[in-house]
Amino acid sequence: MATVSLEKLVKRYGSLDVVHGIDLEVADREFIALVGPSGCGKSTTLRMIAGLEPVSAGNIKIGGRVINDLPPRARNLAMVFQSYALYPHMTVRENMGFSLKIAGQKPEDIAPQVDEAARTLDLTHLLDRRPSQLSGGQRQRVAMGRAIVRNPDVFLFDEPLSNLDAKLRTQMRVEIKKLHAKVQSTVIYVTHDQVEAMTLADRIVIMRDGYIEQVGTPEDVFQRPNSKFVAGFIGSPPMNLKDADIADGQVVFANGDRLPLPARFRDRVTAGQKVTFGLRPDDLYPAGHGIHSGEDADVHRQDLRVILTEPLGNETLVFSDYAGAEWVGRMLNPRRLAPGEALSFCFDLSQAHLFDRESGRTLRG
Amino acid sequence: MNDNAKARFNGFLLSIAHKIGLFLAMTIICLPGLWIVLASFRPTVEIMAKPPVWIPQELSFDAYVAMFSGVGQGGIPIIEYFRNSLIISVTSTAIALAIGMAGGYAFARFRFKAKSSIFLGLMLTRTVPGIALSLPLFFVYSKLGIIDTHFGLITAYVALNVPFTIWLIDGFFRQVPKDLAEAAQIDGCTRWQAFWQVEFPLAGPGIASAGIFAFLTSWNEFALASQLTRSVNSKTLPVGLLDYTSEFTIDWRGMCALAVIMIIPALVLTFIVQKHLVSGLTSGAVKG
Repeated sequence: MATVSLEKLVKRYGSLDVVHGIDLEVADREFIALVGPSGCGKSTTLRMIAGLEPVSAGNIKIGGRVINDLPPRARNLAMVFQSYALYPHMTVRENMGFSLKIAGQKPEDIAPQVDEAARTLDLTHLLDRRPSQLSGGQRQRVAMGRAIVRNPDVFLFDEPLSNLDAKLRTQMRVEIKKLHAKVQSTVIYVTHDQVEAMTLADRIVIMRDGYIEQVGTPEDVFQRPNSKFVAGFIGSPPMNLKDADIADGQVVFANGDRLPLPARFRDRVTAGQKVTFGLRPDDLYPAGHGIHSGEDADVHRQDLRVILTEPLGNETLVFSDYAGAEWVGRMLNPRRLAPGEALSFCFDLSQAHLFDRESGRTLRG
Repeated sequence: MNDNAKARFNGFLLSIAHKIGLFLAMTIICLPGLWIVLASFRPTVEIMAKPPVWIPQELSFDAYVAMFSGVGQGGIPIIEYFRNSLIISVTSTAIALAIGMAGGYAFARFRFKAKSSIFLGLMLTRTVPGIALSLPLFFVYSKLGIIDTHFGLITAYVALNVPFTIWLIDGFFRQVPKDLAEAAQIDGCTRWQAFWQVEFPLAGPGIASAGIFAFLTSWNEFALASQLTRSVNSKTLPVGLLDYTSEFTIDWRGMCALAVIMIIPALVLTFIVQKHLVSGLTSGAVKG
């Protein structure tokens, strides 16, 4: 059982805390993604799990055993680095078999294991090359192969795809997902790319400034963000977040523009409360070019002028001006729009979010 | 003439000028060496002739024959000098490399107090000319009774070489990505194994070049050696050159022959190690 538990885990450099006592339970065979902006402590957390950074306080347990002070080699982990970290003076075969060689296995025992991993990752024809003779995607696969050969309890991935181009990244994402389905190990995956996190992970951990903001399934963090930060971080393009006040049972923006108060927040806010109103681009669309999820009554119509469009082929992102700010909406089955054109936009308020302006926490129950 | 032809012609002229410049530079660099080799084969009259004789009239191996014919017959104890030089240079290089690797690794990989001051201090020792140290060293060594010993010279050369080897090897370890040692540790290595299995082979070219420099410094050093050696027990080849000077005469031909003998091992070593100096070995380790 390769469960991983972090208990009040702290990382301190001098007097500076970079990870503030985080708690996390990772189930056996779970694929968990740590996401957050640069400097949020996600890589530091991963390195502490790997044993590359000493733990300042708290505990790390793998399979229920505290491993805080064990050296990396005694933790039975495998890690895929952002830089791949392949040994340049060894061939692909030697790279993949290195851990077994260090463990004292005989060459005749190592070969079949390396061959097996190479077959899994379609690397067989590259086994005698050196890393410098491989493309980025191939190096990435070798790095994964090196990890598989170890047959570890836990796989750690440290932004493994961020050096690849967009197309290759999509391809490798699929390969990682297949790999996880095949090897059925616990995976902790660090990334700053929310698309990777959403597509790969069973659960996502969103970190910010050394704290965990929210832990949940991809649907959870997308549809029910706990805070303004999570709402803004997950989703592309990000959620429209605009400051407003509650007055007369309406959401009133700074310039006096108003939207009806979404039904599910009616009992949760008081008049005069300072809030941040959030609406995903998917829930703001030109009439007839989107899908609303709630009752018709929850859809508010408003005429807006188009400032700019970003055609993506199957959809178009439409930027428009409302309440003294720029809002982005998503137009399905798009037609060509001219800047300055006035359109009737639908605000699907059943999907709207309200956050406390001060604390940034959601006002949802 | 159109622009393309003009550009081609200019390029051609430039490449000619380039070659002429290179030829002149190489002549200036190589001529003294060539002159030493030539002088070792010609009679003294020809060496001392004014104006100089450029094309040798007669060549002979007399100086080399004399050198090996033993003391009293115009020879010098060259075997002993060679042995001393070899022992002192090889030992001091090995020690300087060992310390240089440890120090260079520490400076490249670890954070510790006063790191940059210590590094600067090490470099500052290089600003003191060796000859300025010879008198104080002489006093210390004579008190310790290690004048005219291999140990004395080895110690002096290690001290001379260590700052340089640390500096050079530090730079090469810095080029080896830290991720590699970390990956090796996750793959099951101890820190010690990670160093020898991964970081050492990758910093190899740097360590080899530090080795060459340290060896050549010790092999060619004259100022300190002339003060700290007395007899065939410890005299090195550069000091042995002085055997060709007497009160009124200098045997230029013999001196040049000994110089040629000195150059050969250094050249051979450089050629052997040169092929290991191929850098770019680390390419492909990390992204790229």
